[in-house]
Amino acid sequence: MESIYWPSFFFLLFAALACGFAVAVLLATNIVRMAFYLVLSLASTSGLFFLAGADFVGAMQLMIYVGGTLVLLIFGVMLTSQERFVEMKTMAGDWVLGFIAGSALLATLAWVAFSVPEWRGIDRAAAEELEVEATVAPLAMGLLGARTDGGSEQGYLLFFEVVSVHLLVVLVGAAYLARAKMKRGTAEERTTQVEPGAALPN
Amino acid sequence: MSSLPLAHLLNEPVGVAHFMLVGAVMFVCGALCMATKRNALGVLMGIELVLNGANINFIAFGSKYLRNDANTLGLDGQLMSLFVIVLAAAEAAVALAIVLNFYNNHDSVDVDRAEQLQG
Repeated sequence: MESIYWPSFFFLLFAALACGFAVAVLLATNIVRMAFYLVLSLASTSGLFFLAGADFVGAMQLMIYVGGTLVLLIFGVMLTSQERFVEMKTMAGDWVLGFIAGSALLATLAWVAFSVPEWRGIDRAAAEELEVEATVAPLAMGLLGARTDGGSEQGYLLFFEVVSVHLLVVLVGAAYLARAKMKRGTAEERTTQVEPGAALPN
Repeated sequence: MSSLPLAHLLNEPVGVAHFMLVGAVMFVCGALCMATKRNALGVLMGIELVLNGANINFIAFGSKYLRNDANTLGLDGQLMSLFVIVLAAAEAAVALAIVLNFYNNHDSVDVDRAEQLQG
């Protein structure tokens, strides 16, 4: 009996957590619980990234996704969680159709993944000889357009700039879309037309 | 029995295919979430799951620790997944703004009631 290969053990752990909570997101009807399960699923995914040697991407997954995007989503849940929206049932016919289509898609994807022999892993002796490298510096150089890892010569400077401008546009657009509606008229009209004793307008 | 993909799972390193299987499960869960949830925020969570399933595949194909040959995506896979994470954050911000606007105007987050653009 060979000893346990610990990276595989942790892969199984994080994979089970990620898949299990993803299924929980799908099956839960309470929107608050869905948000919580999604947090756990994405956090376990970052563990998978660390195991695959992508340390910087795993950290970014934790910071941007779990720390940023999901907080945004949870704010949305809190702002819209009235009594009748917390639990919204799906019709049974939708479930049946969805599960037929979903299991067919899953079976196809799994069959494709395991049909290529090179994708089934390397043997243990070769794996233990591999040196672990930090990826932060090569990633930063790639984003600045100077690849040091022998990839394509151009790097990703243009994409980096496009993403930066895109984020700026998205922030302005989101602020514009979500702004509170002001009543028309000047400030004086809005304040003087309230009758004495009437409730303040929200 | 080393031809079986699930044999010796604890004693041998896992490969790209195992990561792809996890990615496939998350992708399918997200796609079903998008298809079956009636709450607009539930649909958004489905989109996040789909993007993460794709990200797992990018990371797995770019990792030299999972494959025998050096013919991997290398750092390109990690850079791609970084861009996907950034796009997901941006998309979540805009989609949340749209959902809040819809909620303010219609008092509802039911996607079945969003039919104003219907011809």
